[in-house]
Amino acid sequence: MDLSLSTRTVGDRTVVEVGGEIDVYTAPKLREQLVELVNDGNFHLVVDMEGVDFLDSTGLGVLVGGLKRVRAHEGSLRLVCNQERILKIFRITGLTKVFPIHTSVDEAVAATD
Amino acid sequence: MATVELRFSALPEHVRTARLVAAAVARRAGVDEAVLDEVRLAVGEACTRAVGLHQNGGITAPVKVSLIEEEKQFSIEVGDEAPHVVPGDLVPGSGADADVEAEEDEMGLAVISGLVDDVEVSAGEHGGLIRMTWPTTPAATPLA
Repeated sequence: MDLSLSTRTVGDRTVVEVGGEIDVYTAPKLREQLVELVNDGNFHLVVDMEGVDFLDSTGLGVLVGGLKRVRAHEGSLRLVCNQERILKIFRITGLTKVFPIHTSVDEAVAATD
Repeated sequence: MATVELRFSALPEHVRTARLVAAAVARRAGVDEAVLDEVRLAVGEACTRAVGLHQNGGITAPVKVSLIEEEKQFSIEVGDEAPHVVPGDLVPGSGADADVEAEEDEMGLAVISGLVDDVEVSAGEHGGLIRMTWPTTPAATPLA
């Protein structure tokens, strides 16, 4: 399965809905999308990972890169994920301490901390 | 000889194929269903790392994956042909790109070692090998 991406605006947040597999082949598409959003002035991103079937370290690298970009503009990058197998990858790499991870898009959009 | 052996050109689009094949053979070998996600991820990480090493080193040789079914265990070996240098032997001033690549390489290995209890990483001047092993449970009722 390939990667699917769609974006929408909710208030001052930009929600990026990701579906499919994020790996060494598809991660560059996600990177392009995040770079484009930041270049267009969207600095508060919510990446909805509920439709993601597979995530590897290349995908993690892209998310960390996205976080660095939005932080350079005092922005934020929040994740939405409830899938245990995806959460496990964030846990074993220690990235749960780096990304705010929410259980729903509504929660992520409302978060202000 | 390996139960199944796979060689693929060092291109990102083939890593998914390696993941699918590895998971299918692991399932047949009797690796627990609950662990198959980990097998898929670990073999993907190892192949991604090998593809990166080949591409960065301009190596045209394929990446080799051996799926080995043994008594009570299942092993996956991912071999690359990149000459490995010992850390510290790196050429000074090789630039930020080299650092970024090294970091990504480390991240893949970090995921593998976090996922797999039994993993061996070896490297020499002719290439590297990652061997990962999982226990298997024999099929309860073999099909007639």
